[in-house]
Amino acid sequence: MRSDQLKRLFSRLEGFADEFYTAPYRGAIARSQRDEDDLLMLFVFSEMLGIPNPATFYTMELQPVLLERFHEWHIRMGMEHSPLDHIKCC
Amino acid sequence: MSASLLATTGLVAFLLGYFVYSKLIAEKVFQLDADFVTPAHSLEDGIDYVPTNKFVLWGHHFTSVAGAAPIIGPAVAVIWGWVPAFIWVVLGTVFFAGIHDFGAIWSSVRHNGRSIGSFTGDLVSKRAQSLFMIIIFLLLLMVNAVFAVAIAKSLINTPSSVLPAWSAILVALILGQMIYRFKAGLIWPSVIGLIALYTFLYLGSSFPLELPDVVFGLVPNAQWIIIMFAYAAIASMLPVWVLLQPRDYINGLQLFIGLGLLYISVFIVNPNVIAPMYNPNPPAGTPPIFPLLFVTIACGAISGFHSLVGSGTTSKQIDKETDSRLVGYGGSIGEGLLALVTIIAVTSGFSSSEGWHEIYTKFGAGGITAFVEGGASIVSNGLGFSHEFAATLLAVMAILFAGTTMDTGVRLQRYIVQEWGNIYHIPALTNNVVATLIAVGACLALAFGAGGASGAGGMIIWPLFGTTNQLLAGLALLVISLTLLKFGRAIWYALIPMVFLLVTTILALLYQLWQFIDTGKWLLVGMDLLILIAAAMVALEALSTLLRERRRLTASEL
Repeated sequence: MRSDQLKRLFSRLEGFADEFYTAPYRGAIARSQRDEDDLLMLFVFSEMLGIPNPATFYTMELQPVLLERFHEWHIRMGMEHSPLDHIKCC
Repeated sequence: MSASLLATTGLVAFLLGYFVYSKLIAEKVFQLDADFVTPAHSLEDGIDYVPTNKFVLWGHHFTSVAGAAPIIGPAVAVIWGWVPAFIWVVLGTVFFAGIHDFGAIWSSVRHNGRSIGSFTGDLVSKRAQSLFMIIIFLLLLMVNAVFAVAIAKSLINTPSSVLPAWSAILVALILGQMIYRFKAGLIWPSVIGLIALYTFLYLGSSFPLELPDVVFGLVPNAQWIIIMFAYAAIASMLPVWVLLQPRDYINGLQLFIGLGLLYISVFIVNPNVIAPMYNPNPPAGTPPIFPLLFVTIACGAISGFHSLVGSGTTSKQIDKETDSRLVGYGGSIGEGLLALVTIIAVTSGFSSSEGWHEIYTKFGAGGITAFVEGGASIVSNGLGFSHEFAATLLAVMAILFAGTTMDTGVRLQRYIVQEWGNIYHIPALTNNVVATLIAVGACLALAFGAGGASGAGGMIIWPLFGTTNQLLAGLALLVISLTLLKFGRAIWYALIPMVFLLVTTILALLYQLWQFIDTGKWLLVGMDLLILIAAAMVALEALSTLLRERRRLTASEL
């Protein structure tokens, strides 16, 4: 067996083991990741929702980064349209 | 009777089951369609719904259903002789478990990959849906209590297993960190992890550990039970990737290695089955074989727990509908293989018939101990390991399976308690720690309530666990039958097993109820009554839904 064949076999095996490892828990991990993201989202946009946040000055620069995920977030939170007047994503 | 002949008979039956019976079911009854767009494609989200390779899914289904239960059940049930246990495991796997697992996945695929509990509400009734949750809670309660008792017993009987069993947790923790934090791939961490695990196994015999005779008035058995629940409580609150995921993975590897070693040794050594074929005079206090055999061996013949795995995660990942045959039917055959080799280990791993009778002195005395003793002598003869190493290996395998089930079980119980907190607006119950303490407290109360101050008698609830498991299987088979009816297919293949299960379960519950009243075990009387009521409700739901569907069908024909 040539070395590149061996390498290909190894990487196939690696992929197979990886799927075997991740497949059962993919959902659970993605959900807990999402919960953490939601918390961050709340921190960043809290002032706009009326919750005072002493760190607003620092979290403000994150707003444009999170804006893309904002739409997905408010849909998931059960609000059909953006709850904030000045962010009209839909 | 030679053990390899027994193994061959069982293997041939499983192969026939897979290649003949499941093919018939797949083509004629479920009518699987390779072009059907499965939920993994139609709802693909990269999280829950992901088309996955069928062999990966088979491995996942197999390793998550085959645990300590298919070892303990058959190892207890051979007290009636090996023939009844063998027949029930083989026929149960081929005609009951295969259809049940396969059917649960198929019907879930046909219901957008939803879990079986959730579409029960549509197909049967809202009442049946609530029943599902109650039965699951009872099942988890009993499985946690009985596994803690079983682990405590094996840690005491095999002191060499203490060090490796706990080191496995350390190995899993490091493996998890290597994979997630350092992105070390999987092959090398797995190889290193296994080497570490087997080194600890080897060291285990040199450093056998035992707990002190009395701590706070508790004997070692009781101390271990409490330690196990403390562990399960902590482990169940950790994020899954820290401990549960790598542990599950190591257990999967252990399962494949353990099964391989056992089967190879059986064929090399070819011992004689020395246990009686049928034991006409089992020790005093052993319940009658009918109907208790059918609840003593639940996992390994049929187990309702599989429908939760199959419809919870597996069905959302099925790439093609035709894959569900390999995943579901093939997965349950995997579990049947473990039950079969357990029967062989506990009936042919002893040097003489007297040796066997010394272990099986009373009902519930076999269990993991008999599996470890019997299996170890076969493996050590076959592969030349020392008896002690082989015993440690098998004990650790069983302990790890049971331990992982416990921390998953406590986690699921916590979710249920939290859900009740939400439904009934009790905010305290939704707290992680409070919910976990309630779950663990209930399990501890059951373990000590049933097993006395030492917790040693806890195995008495094993058949009760079996009845709950069979009840869940009955409910799942009802849902499968109704799905079949919905598509206008023959329902007998699922309905006949369901009726059989419900009848044997209710008879077993009635017998046990009478026993518990007779011996004044009031906690168990209460549990039994609770399960009996659930069983009666399942039976009534089944009857009324089937009659309703029949009326609807006759009305539509007119």
